[in-house]
Amino acid sequence: MEHIRTTKVEQVKLLDRFSTSNKSLTGTLYLTATHLLFIDSHQKETWILHHHIALVEKLALTTSGCPLVIQCKNFRIVHFIVPRERDCHDIYNSLLQLSKQAKYEDLYAFSYNPKQNDSERLQGWQLIDLAEEYKRMGVPNSNWQLSDANREYKICETYPRELYVPRIASKPIIVGSSKFRSKGRFPVLSYYHQNKEAAICRCSQPLSGFSARCLEDEHLLQAISKANPVNRYMYVMDTRPKLNAMANRAAGKGYENEDNYSNIRFQFVGIENIHVMRSSLQKLLEVNGTKGLSVSDFYSGLESSGWLRHIKAVMDAAIFLAKAIMVENASVLVHCSDGWDRTSQVCSLGSLLLDSYYRTIKGFMVLIEKDWISFGHKFSERCGHLDGDPKEVSPVFTQFLECVWHLTEQFPQDFEFNEAFLLQIHEHIHSCQFGNFLGNCQKEREELKLKEKTYSLWPFLLDDQKKYLNPLYSSKSPKFAVLEPNTVSFSFKFWRNMYHQFDRTLHPRQSVFNIIMNMNEQNKRLEKDIKDLESKIKQRKNKQTDEILTKELLHSVHPESPTLKTSLCFKEQTLLPVNHALRTIEGSNPADNRYSEYAEEFSKSEPGVVNLEYGVARMTC
Amino acid sequence: MQGGLEYLQRRELRSAGAGSARGLRLGDAWHFHPPERYYKRVARETNAWRLSEVNGDFSLCPSYPRAVIVPRAVDDDALARCARFRQGGRFPVLSYHHAPSGTVLLRSSQPLTGPQKRRCAEDEELLRAVLAGARPGARGFVLDTRSAQAAKQARVTGGGTEAKAAYPGWKRLHRPLERGWPLQESFVRLVEACGDLEQSMDRWLSHLEACHWLAHVKEALSTACLAAQGVGREGACVLVHGAEGMDSTLLVTSLAQLILDPSSRTIAGFQELVEREWIQAGHPFQLRCAHSAFSHARPKHEAPTFLLFLDCVWQLGRQFPLSLEFGEGLLLALFEHAYASPFGTFLCSSEKERCLCEVRTRTHSLWSGLNQPKEQRKLRNPLYVPNPLAIWPSVELQTLRLWQGLFLRWIRPPESSEVAWEKVWQIVTDKKTEGCEPTVSASEPQL
Repeated sequence: MEHIRTTKVEQVKLLDRFSTSNKSLTGTLYLTATHLLFIDSHQKETWILHHHIALVEKLALTTSGCPLVIQCKNFRIVHFIVPRERDCHDIYNSLLQLSKQAKYEDLYAFSYNPKQNDSERLQGWQLIDLAEEYKRMGVPNSNWQLSDANREYKICETYPRELYVPRIASKPIIVGSSKFRSKGRFPVLSYYHQNKEAAICRCSQPLSGFSARCLEDEHLLQAISKANPVNRYMYVMDTRPKLNAMANRAAGKGYENEDNYSNIRFQFVGIENIHVMRSSLQKLLEVNGTKGLSVSDFYSGLESSGWLRHIKAVMDAAIFLAKAIMVENASVLVHCSDGWDRTSQVCSLGSLLLDSYYRTIKGFMVLIEKDWISFGHKFSERCGHLDGDPKEVSPVFTQFLECVWHLTEQFPQDFEFNEAFLLQIHEHIHSCQFGNFLGNCQKEREELKLKEKTYSLWPFLLDDQKKYLNPLYSSKSPKFAVLEPNTVSFSFKFWRNMYHQFDRTLHPRQSVFNIIMNMNEQNKRLEKDIKDLESKIKQRKNKQTDEILTKELLHSVHPESPTLKTSLCFKEQTLLPVNHALRTIEGSNPADNRYSEYAEEFSKSEPGVVNLEYGVARMTC
Repeated sequence: MQGGLEYLQRRELRSAGAGSARGLRLGDAWHFHPPERYYKRVARETNAWRLSEVNGDFSLCPSYPRAVIVPRAVDDDALARCARFRQGGRFPVLSYHHAPSGTVLLRSSQPLTGPQKRRCAEDEELLRAVLAGARPGARGFVLDTRSAQAAKQARVTGGGTEAKAAYPGWKRLHRPLERGWPLQESFVRLVEACGDLEQSMDRWLSHLEACHWLAHVKEALSTACLAAQGVGREGACVLVHGAEGMDSTLLVTSLAQLILDPSSRTIAGFQELVEREWIQAGHPFQLRCAHSAFSHARPKHEAPTFLLFLDCVWQLGRQFPLSLEFGEGLLLALFEHAYASPFGTFLCSSEKERCLCEVRTRTHSLWSGLNQPKEQRKLRNPLYVPNPLAIWPSVELQTLRLWQGLFLRWIRPPESSEVAWEKVWQIVTDKKTEGCEPTVSASEPQL
C-alpha cells in the first residue's frame, strides 16, 4: 500500500482514558492495509478498522513520547504514546490517508473475503426480500398496488424501483405529484396495517412555497385516504419544527396547506435537523469523555447537549404515528424535508411499535432494509464513508438504534434481539465491511454492483444469532401487539453501553445476560437428555415385557447417565464462574477507579510497601 | 404527595395482611443477629479481640448495645475512660475483622478534644493496641467523614479529631460526606422532581443535577471503597468516624464490609449486617426515618442516611448482578419497613430504648417475617453465584444510575420488569429439569 510507510512500531503505550492512575499497556503497533492492530504484552489484541476512524490527532511531544489520539465512529477512543516522533508522524499520516477514502472501490467491502462462493454470496443477498415483506403486510390488495412508475428510476432516483401506491392513483397523478415534491419523492406506502386497513406513507416536502398548489398531489393524498375504508381523514405529519418548515416556504418548499387538501389533519412534531443532531452528539461525547465527572458536570452536560431531548422527540413522533393508526384507525403520511432522515426514523419506529414482527431478529433486518436502505437514507454521506462534506454527516441512524434500545429497556420481553445486536449493527454501518450500507440510494448501489462485488451483512448476523438472542423474549405475543412506551422524561437514560462501549471500567462487572443464556441452553440440553432417556426406556420396555428385567435395565441406564451428565454440567458450570470471575477481577481493580487517587495518600507515609498491581495479579491466580 | 398517599394505602394493606405475621411466634429470630454472634466468628479468626459487657446497663454509652467487641489488651476501666473522651460515649469498637489481611475496621464518634486539645491516655492506648493486635508494624488510618475544616471547627463545641502526635502510626484522611438537613433536602428535591410527570427533558435533567442525590451516592460509595481499600489492600487498620458516629460512619463501615466480605452478600449475612451495623450500632431510626420526603415543617433529625445506604447497595447489585444473594425486593422491603412497619426491628433509636420498650418480647422481628418461604421469590436473586472476591464498584457517573425501582416506583408501571424477573426465575428453576433429579441436585449449589 502506498500510504503505509511504517508497518510496525514497538514499545508503544496504550493509555486507559478513565483510569486515574495513568495505567498503560505496552505493546506493539501494527499497521495493515485495513486495520490498525495493537498487541499488548499479554498478547491481547486491539483491532481498529481504518474506516472506523473518525479523527486522528497528534498531540504535543511529551517526555515519554509522542501522543496519538484516535477517535472512532463506534465511540472507541484510543490514546497511544509512540516513543519516537518520526514513527508517530508516519502512522499519523498513513491513518489520515487510510481513514478517508475517495472512491467506493477502495472501501473494505470490496476486498473483504469471507471465503464464500458466488452462489452463497447471492443467497446471502436474497435473504431479505422486500417483495416478500410487502406480501406479509398484505399488499398488493384491493386498495394498494405495485406501481411500475419508477421501474427505471425515472421519476425518483432515490426511491427503490418497486413502490406501492393506492390502486386508484393513476400514473399521471403519480408523475404530477412527484414534480411537486422535493427530489421527486412522492407519497408511497411504507407500512400497511392489515388489521386496521390503515397505512403509513412517506414522502418529501411539497414545493408549495407561499401559495403553489398541485392538483395531482392533492388527488394522490385523497387516494391514500380513500384507500382506508374505515376512516376518511388522514394525518399528515411534518416531522420538522414549525419554524423550519415555514422558513422552507421562502425557498419555494414548505408544507401542505390544509385548505387545499380535503380530509387531512396536519401536524408538526418538531424533530430537529441533521446539523443540530450532529452537534448535539458531539457535545454529549465531549462531556462524557472527561474522567472524574462531577454530578453537575454530567447532568448539565447531558442537558445542554440536548441529546436525550432529541431522542424523546423522535420517540414521541413514533408514538403519535402508532396512536393515529391504532386508536383512530387513520392513515398517516410522514415527511420532513427530503424524507430520508427524520421520515425514516419515524416510519420505522412507528412500524416497530405496531408490528411485533419487526421486533424479531429477521424482522428488524427487514425493517432496516425497507425504511432505511431501500428508501434512500444516505448512509454513505451520513456515516462519512468517503472523504466528503462533513456537514452531511449526522447520527440519524444511531438515534434510531438508541430509540429501539430504550424500547428494549422498557419492554424486556418483547424483543427477540438484545443490545449486542444493536451495537453490532451500529458497528457495521460504519465498518464498510459489508455492502448493505454503502452508497446513498438503491440506484447508486446497483451502479456499484454491490451484490456482485461485496457481501451482505445479514446472513453473518443470522449465523451468529446466538449472541444476539434476548433470553427473556416471549414469542407468544400476537402479531399486532402494540407497544405503548412511556415517554415521561425519566424513562430516558444515557446509553452507556453504546457511547462507552470500549471503556470497560465503566461497565457492570458481571453480565446477567451470559449466565441466563447459558442456563437456557443447559435447560434445553437437559430436556433433550430426558427425552433421549425416556425413549430409550420405552424401546427397552417394548423389547422386554418382563417387569423385573426392565427394572434392572433401568438401573443400568441410570447410574451411568447421571454421572455423564453431571460431569457435563460441571464442565459447563466451572467454565462459567471462572469466566466472570475473570471479568470481575479485570473490571474491579480498585486502581481503575476514581477513589484510587487516595491510594497515593496511603502509600505516602510508608513508601513502596504494597504494590497494588501485584496484589491484584496474585488475587487473580 | 400522590406517592405518599399510595404509600399509606400500601401500608394499610400490609397491616391488614398481618396474616403474614400470624404464622410467626413472638421471640422468633430476635436472637439471630446480635454482636455476640459476630464475635464468635471474629474469635475463630483472631485472638486479639474480646467481647466486653462493660456497657451492660447502657450507662457508658446509651446508643451502643450491651456487648461490644474491643481489643483484648484494653480492660473495662480503660474503656469507661475512653467513653468519656468520645461524644455520646461511643468509644472505638470493632466493626469488621478482615481475616485475609488480619486488619480491622473500627468505628467511633469524634474525640472530645475541645479548644484546649485535650488528650486521653486510654483512648490513645486503645488505638495503639489495635495496631499491635493486627500485625507488627501495621499502620492505621482515621477516616474522618467531615472536611478538615469542619473537624477543626468542631473543637469550638468540644469535639475535634485525633491529633497526629498523640496517635503514632495513625494517619488522618478527610472525606466529607453530606449528612443531616442537606441530605434530607436532596432527598426531598429528588422525590419532588420524580413526581412531576409533565416536565420537559431539560427540566428533569436539571432537577436531577440540582438535587445532587447521585453525588451523595458517589461520595458514599467512594469513601466506602477507600476504607475497604485500606483494610483489604493496604493491610492497614481503619477507624471511621464523623461527629456523632451514627450516620455517615455506619454508612461507610457497612458498605466497606459489603465490598470486602463475601458472607455479608448473602441474605442472612446482609440481614446480620443491617442488624449489627445499623440497628445495634445505634442509628437513630426513630428520629431519622419519621417523615420520609414528606413534611411541612423542617424536621430537625430527619435524614435518609439508611436510604442512601440501600441505594448504594442497589448500585453494587447492578454492577455485580451475580454477586448479591438478594435482589431489589429486599432493599425495597427494608426501605418500607424502616419508615413504617408492623414489625419491631426498626423501632426506637437504640438498643437501650428497645429494651425499655420491651420490643423483643412484644413485637415480631422483621427478619423472621422476611425469612418465610413465601417471601423468598421476591427477595432472592435467582442468579446468585457466591463470589469469594472483593467487589470494587465503578463510581463514575456514567455508571451510577438513578434507582428507578424506588424513586419512580409508583410512576413507572413495574409490570414489565416484574414479568422479566419472573421469567428469570423460571429459567433458573426450570420445572422441567426436575424430572432429572441427580443432575439438578448436582448443579443447584452452583446456580
